[in-house]
Amino acid sequence: MIPAAFDYKRASSAEEAISLIAQAGDEAKFLAGGHSLLPLMKLRLAAPSLLIDIGRISDLSYVRESGDHVAIGALTRHTEVENSPVLLQHVPLLAHAAGHVGDPAVRHRGTIGGSIAHADAASDLPATTLALGATYVVQGPNGRRNIAATDFYTGFLENAMDADEMLVEIQVPKMNGAGWSFQKFNRRAQDWAIVGVAAWRRGTDSGVALVNMGSTPILASSVASAIKSGASVADAAQQAVAEADPQGDLNASVEYRTHLAKVLVRRALEESTK
Amino acid sequence: MMHGLRKWGMMTSVISEISALVGHVLSGGYTVQITVNVNGTAQTSDVEPRQLLVHYVRETLGLTGTNVGCDTSSCGACTLHVNGQSTKSCTMLAVQADGQSVTTIEGIAKGDELHPMQKAFMENHGLQCGYCTPGMVMAAIGILDENPKPTEDEVRVALEGNLCRCTGYHNIVKSILACANG
Repeated sequence: MIPAAFDYKRASSAEEAISLIAQAGDEAKFLAGGHSLLPLMKLRLAAPSLLIDIGRISDLSYVRESGDHVAIGALTRHTEVENSPVLLQHVPLLAHAAGHVGDPAVRHRGTIGGSIAHADAASDLPATTLALGATYVVQGPNGRRNIAATDFYTGFLENAMDADEMLVEIQVPKMNGAGWSFQKFNRRAQDWAIVGVAAWRRGTDSGVALVNMGSTPILASSVASAIKSGASVADAAQQAVAEADPQGDLNASVEYRTHLAKVLVRRALEESTK
Repeated sequence: MMHGLRKWGMMTSVISEISALVGHVLSGGYTVQITVNVNGTAQTSDVEPRQLLVHYVRETLGLTGTNVGCDTSSCGACTLHVNGQSTKSCTMLAVQADGQSVTTIEGIAKGDELHPMQKAFMENHGLQCGYCTPGMVMAAIGILDENPKPTEDEVRVALEGNLCRCTGYHNIVKSILACANG
C-alpha cells in the first residue's frame, strides 16, 4: 500500500515547523517517527496534502532531570525512553511501558511525542503518562503553553492542541520510589493491548489509567479515590470501569473488556502495593 | 450510515488518487532528490515523497533481497538497518532516509564470506520457505548488537516483531544463539 500523494517539507527547528504548518493550514500533518501516521496514510484513513518532517529536530530529543520532574523531548524515540538511566531511576513505570510499545524495530523509529499527539486510546504511552500526572508542553506561533494530561485527550484520536501547535516536551513527575505496575493483555506479543493498565501507588496516593477502555485513554480516578479512602485493593479494583466506556471489537466484547479491566487493575494494584 | 460513509470516503479517495496520478503524469511527478548511503555506497535518486523505503531499495535500487510481507509493520519481512538500527522499511518513507545510512541483506556479507549470522542460519537450518529470512537475519544482527549474549527467552522476546509463517522459530532462535556463542 502506497500513501496518497503529498508534498514534503523538512523542518530543522520547532519554530520552522510551526511556521510551515501555520502557512499550510489543517491539511498538513507533522511527521515524526511515522509509526502512527504512515500506517493510517497507507490505509487512506489519513491523506494530508503536506507532511512536515520534524524527525530531524535533534534538540527535541532528550531526557533530563528538572527538579521534581523529568523532562522528555517530544522527538525522543521509544528505545531511548526505554533505556534512559534517568527514567529508569526516577520514572521506571514509563521506561518499562515504552519497552512494550510495538517491537524493537518499531521502538527504534517511533517517538514519545508522536505517540501522545496521535492520542490513540489503545497506545501504551498516552495512558501511562496520564496515570503519572504528566504535563505536555506545546508550542505555537505565540510561544509555549502547558496542557495537563488530564485535559489533553478530547476524543478518538483527538487532542487539545490547536492546528498550528506542536507537542515539544513531556514533563513527568518523579515517582520517588512509589510502587508501580504495567499490565498489558494481548493475544500476540507485539500487538496493542486488548486492555492495559498503568498504575503507581505510594501509601494511599495512587494513579491508575486504562489502555483501550474507551475512545481516549482513561484515568480511573474512582480507583484512586477508593485507595485514598482506605479501600482494599480488591474493592478498589471493582471501581476500575467507573470512568471507562469500552467498545467491543474482534478481540473482545464489552463484557470481556470490563471483566479484564477489573482483573488487571487488581493485579496492577497488588504489584504496586509494597 | 457508517458503511455508506466509508464507501463514499473510499470513492472520494479513489477519485483524489486518480486526479493526483493525472496531475503527476501531466507535471512529470513531484519528486525530491535524496542521497542515501546504501551498503556503503552513496546513492542519489529523485523519489516521490510517498515512496516507501522498502520500495526505494527494491525498485529504485534493485536490491530485492528485502521482502514486503504484511506491509503493515507487523511481520518484519522488510527489516533492514537505518543508521545501524533494525527498522521496518514498509513504515518509513525514502525521504526520511535522506542523508542516513541504510544496510540491507545484500550489504552484510564480505564478498563471498557470509556474515556470521547468515552462516549461523545456514548451519542451523534457520529457515524453511525463506521468505522471512532476510528480515529475520537483519533483526537478529540488531538483537546481538544491543545484547551480545542473550538468553533464549531474551531472543524470543526480541524477535516479537518478526513473523515466520512456517512457524520455524525453533531453528531461528537456535541460529541466533549459535551466532552469539560462536
